[in-house]
Amino acid sequence: MRLDTGRLGAVIRKEFRVLLRNRFIIGTMIVLPVVFLITPMLEIFRLSPDVPASVVQRFAGSTFLLLLVVPVVVPAAISAYSVVGEREQGTLEPLLTTPLRREELLLGKAVAAFVPSVAISYLLFALVIVCAQLFASDPAVASALVQSSQLVGEFLFAPLLAGWSIWVGIAVSSRSSDVRVAQQLGTLASLPPLLVVALIDLQVLTPSVALAVAFALVLLVADVVMYRVVSAMFDRERLLTGSRSPAIRSVRTPG
Amino acid sequence: MASPAAGPPALVVDHLTKRFGERTAFEDVSFTIAPGEVFGFLGPNGAGKTTTVRTLGTLIAPTSGTAVVAGIPLTPDNGTEIRQRISVMPENPGLYLRLTVIENLNLFAGLYGLHDPRPRIDRALEAVNLGPRGRDLCGSLSKGLRQRVGLARALLSDPEIMFLDEPTSGLDPVAAREVHELISDLRQRGVTVFLTTHRLEEAERLCDRVAILNTRLRSVGRTEELRESLFSRSLTVETAAPLEAPEGVFSPTSGVEGWQSRDATHYVLNVGDPRAAAPAVTRALVAAGADVISIAEARHSLEDVYLELIDEDPEAAAR
Repeated sequence: MRLDTGRLGAVIRKEFRVLLRNRFIIGTMIVLPVVFLITPMLEIFRLSPDVPASVVQRFAGSTFLLLLVVPVVVPAAISAYSVVGEREQGTLEPLLTTPLRREELLLGKAVAAFVPSVAISYLLFALVIVCAQLFASDPAVASALVQSSQLVGEFLFAPLLAGWSIWVGIAVSSRSSDVRVAQQLGTLASLPPLLVVALIDLQVLTPSVALAVAFALVLLVADVVMYRVVSAMFDRERLLTGSRSPAIRSVRTPG
Repeated sequence: MASPAAGPPALVVDHLTKRFGERTAFEDVSFTIAPGEVFGFLGPNGAGKTTTVRTLGTLIAPTSGTAVVAGIPLTPDNGTEIRQRISVMPENPGLYLRLTVIENLNLFAGLYGLHDPRPRIDRALEAVNLGPRGRDLCGSLSKGLRQRVGLARALLSDPEIMFLDEPTSGLDPVAAREVHELISDLRQRGVTVFLTTHRLEEAERLCDRVAILNTRLRSVGRTEELRESLFSRSLTVETAAPLEAPEGVFSPTSGVEGWQSRDATHYVLNVGDPRAAAPAVTRALVAAGADVISIAEARHSLEDVYLELIDEDPEAAAR
């Protein structure tokens, strides 16, 4: 596969422009993180110095879990719109008539969903830690939030969960005929990896750096596999007519 | 009208067929288009015109048959290279309505790998008379203006072949005329144009040759050739009053092969050569004491040709 960086860049620039002018997407990108920020912020102020250590640990775990929902939900909303939105507006066919390869189109759309999602996730994470350092009445709260296993988990899981969510969202979007259905299905289908994260953060599985790295590797493999699946599914003929091309059935599709 | 240039064909289609399961979109279609030719592709709804354009534009894989597009064989491996040399304007121009005209064109300039695209964008906008509207959001443009932006986008990459799918669909007469002028300009510039249209007068006016498709190709040729192959040449005669004995006037007249009356004072004469027969018919009418209002060669429009071909097609009747 040969990627043309010029074409890839053109898609990324277009995606960013379109996203920034889409009020629904911008609204999702702002409202969801704010919603997920409310509970941890309230807890930071609420937890008194005399609460047991187990409560503080549970708070830290649930906060990380909540913050890791953001890199799943935000890119799901963006990527689920990516193909079916183009089809609804009639912009998909002109795009497919250009020399653009499907990998360039997919990666361009993925980057445009990935960058803001991960940036928002890290920003929220930093905000919670800074607030805990500044305002928590119990110093143990801030300490619990900066445990090495949690930090490694957050930094590794956020982009990898976002990657999973993006490819699932694009896959759903490629097969859907309605934006809202695609966004609902995409979000639902993106959630399963969060279950493992939940088991770690809620300490059903004992959190450790090794466990976080191991699960991150599993997520990385899942992301790569999902990208390949989406790329193979992304057939021009199916997207335009609803039926699969003879080329893909027997050999492969045009680039 | 500039003649198509000599040289290797711009497009060669050989026994191309596309089926979606049991349904045949088009079947056994063969034709060749010369470089610089404006080729009209006509047919009723569901005849397979758009599917043919999508197939030649590498969006859809043919079920069987072969094609060479802009000198490159139509195969899965050659999709990107073919798309680099052609441009396709679908019936719906499909613009990003939240982007400006220039942002839309910039995107496509990037996708075609054009370096320093601004001069090209300016030229394309000038060509479609949209120079001052470059910074307008596409969502704020009328349908006619959006169609023009679609044409500007198709012009950007200086394609060897432009596929225009119903470019005047839904446009008012003024906007349609502007698109016609643009297509005429493209012809002058030597661009090969593959034009699908429902508007027969548009095809007749703009196209060097036309093909009439109704799942299968019904006919291909110059409009004049199609007329001659389908209709015998004829003269129409109008007299002030009904002729008393038209058989006695027309049958003995040199050059007249047959005749029929359309109504009491109008007659249609089948002739081999209208220019040679007209003086003899005039003399015969005058000799018979008829007051002649007019004698003219009957002109069959492309619409007549189209209807004749489609009407004789049992598949069309079933549609």
